[in-house]
Amino acid sequence: MDNSNAQSLTGFRATRGYGAGEVLKLDEPVSFWGGVGLDGSIIDVHHPQHTISVTGRVLVMNSGRGSSSGTYSFAELIRADLAPAAIVMTEPDAIVALGAMVAGEMYQKYIPILVVSESDYALIRNGQHAVVDAPVTAENGTLTLSLS
Amino acid sequence: MTITLTPVEQEMLDGKHGPAVAMSMRIITELGRVRGATQLIDVNSVHIDGCIFYGQAGLDFANKLIELGGKVTVPTTVNVGSIDLIHPNLILQNTDHEKFVARAGRELMEAYATLGCRQTWTCAPYQMDSRPAVGENIAWAESNAIVFANSVLGARTDRYGDFLDIASAITGKAPYAGLHLDHLRYGHVVLDCTALSQRVLDMDITYPILGYIGGHIAGTKNPVYVGLPSDVSEDNLKALGAAAASSGGVALFHVVGRTPEADTLEQALGTNTDAPVHKITSDDIANARAELSTATLDKLDAVSLGTPHASVDEIREAYNALIGGEAIHSDVDFYISTGRSVFAAAKEEGLVEALEALGVTFVLDTCTYVTSILRPNTRTVMTNSGKWAHYAPGNLGIDVVLATVSECVASARSGNVTWDRELFHG
Repeated sequence: MDNSNAQSLTGFRATRGYGAGEVLKLDEPVSFWGGVGLDGSIIDVHHPQHTISVTGRVLVMNSGRGSSSGTYSFAELIRADLAPAAIVMTEPDAIVALGAMVAGEMYQKYIPILVVSESDYALIRNGQHAVVDAPVTAENGTLTLSLS
Repeated sequence: MTITLTPVEQEMLDGKHGPAVAMSMRIITELGRVRGATQLIDVNSVHIDGCIFYGQAGLDFANKLIELGGKVTVPTTVNVGSIDLIHPNLILQNTDHEKFVARAGRELMEAYATLGCRQTWTCAPYQMDSRPAVGENIAWAESNAIVFANSVLGARTDRYGDFLDIASAITGKAPYAGLHLDHLRYGHVVLDCTALSQRVLDMDITYPILGYIGGHIAGTKNPVYVGLPSDVSEDNLKALGAAAASSGGVALFHVVGRTPEADTLEQALGTNTDAPVHKITSDDIANARAELSTATLDKLDAVSLGTPHASVDEIREAYNALIGGEAIHSDVDFYISTGRSVFAAAKEEGLVEALEALGVTFVLDTCTYVTSILRPNTRTVMTNSGKWAHYAPGNLGIDVVLATVSECVASARSGNVTWDRELFHG
């Protein structure tokens, strides 16, 4: 990515990994149990982005939501290669993070979860190309947003 | 922030206690880092929720722990699984997916038994012989068990879920964070129930509805109920907590004058002295019940009691409501879900045989809203559970009416949904 056309933000690394994709910024959080289907699409009929797929996207949502079984369902989504490329949140969510940790242990598939400030969160636009780099050796990771 | 480990914990993480312990410690310390914990704590018991099948990943994880030599080191109970091991024919296997879940679900339950868990298969482990004491640190998963342990027993567990549960059972450790900490156990919002009449407070059905309302208001914060009787039954507190953990993410509530950390409102709120107050009226109760009751058809297909798993008292109450009257309508299935130990105690009292003779089907080891039990053409179900009413329409694609046990029984006899919309007035 050309640095002049990119913006780089720093956030707390909840889980390790490297992922790139188009930003899917959710109007409200979604639960991975009952909210996202086994095919990676949003199945919660009350969700504003119902039917949109999270697969391969840089999923941006404030927090986690719902049942603790979301850990299991998120790990299953990662196993099936249908997970988002990365997740960016403003609150560290234990349920989602745990799913990513276990999938990393089990399948060596690492989905990075980055926690950013509210003000940085507001800068992220739906549809932007984004790269999340959160190496295991560092406390923080970076989110690089393409501006072009 | 980093976690300071004791020398033994460091050895566990480094693999000196075997690879299953090391993997479990990696998960616990990583989660601890995310939760901002600076140390780990010892836990005295674990309740596992990861034993219900939602896909291959959970089975792979449990089998990996077995392969690495994992065994639980603290008393560990298991939540409901995907099938009734005692009555396997209750689980429908009409579709390929149902067959797959029945087979893999059984395999997953067997894996957790191999890891050394006690085969309790109940969402209500607090209805069994040994209960944690006030102030005891435990690591429980399953939202209704978490909220009961914290609120009614005064034990301390954070909101644990799948995978962390078994990691804690294998290591006996959990991150020192969340509801293990004194200051995070204080109430954040007050629900003032003093305007409710004695008649409303005397009805069991009021409590799951109060929980449902509390969950909506509190979200993941701790609600404090004021104005409830000081002798509210455990079953009513169980129903309240389960509903609050479904409509919201409540993991701890206080009932002033009833629960262990709430002798007074001041004690319950601790440092949160400016907590907002919500007045609860009988209109709120009636409206919440109407909101939870989605049914539009008059024909009733089933009744489901026992979510969370029925206690012996609740089974006796169902017996008293059903005995001596008309038979259950032949088009209506009547289910009671419960755990093995309660079932055994109810059997001892003669309640099981009597209820089965009246047409009741007991469901053990699992629950009617998490797996394929209801007949495929089921449209409308009545339940006394706020939790069941909250989840079943989404999980099962059916409609529901939240009702009293006597309304459930009257409707089961006639085959028609009947409920009193003026129940909370007058």
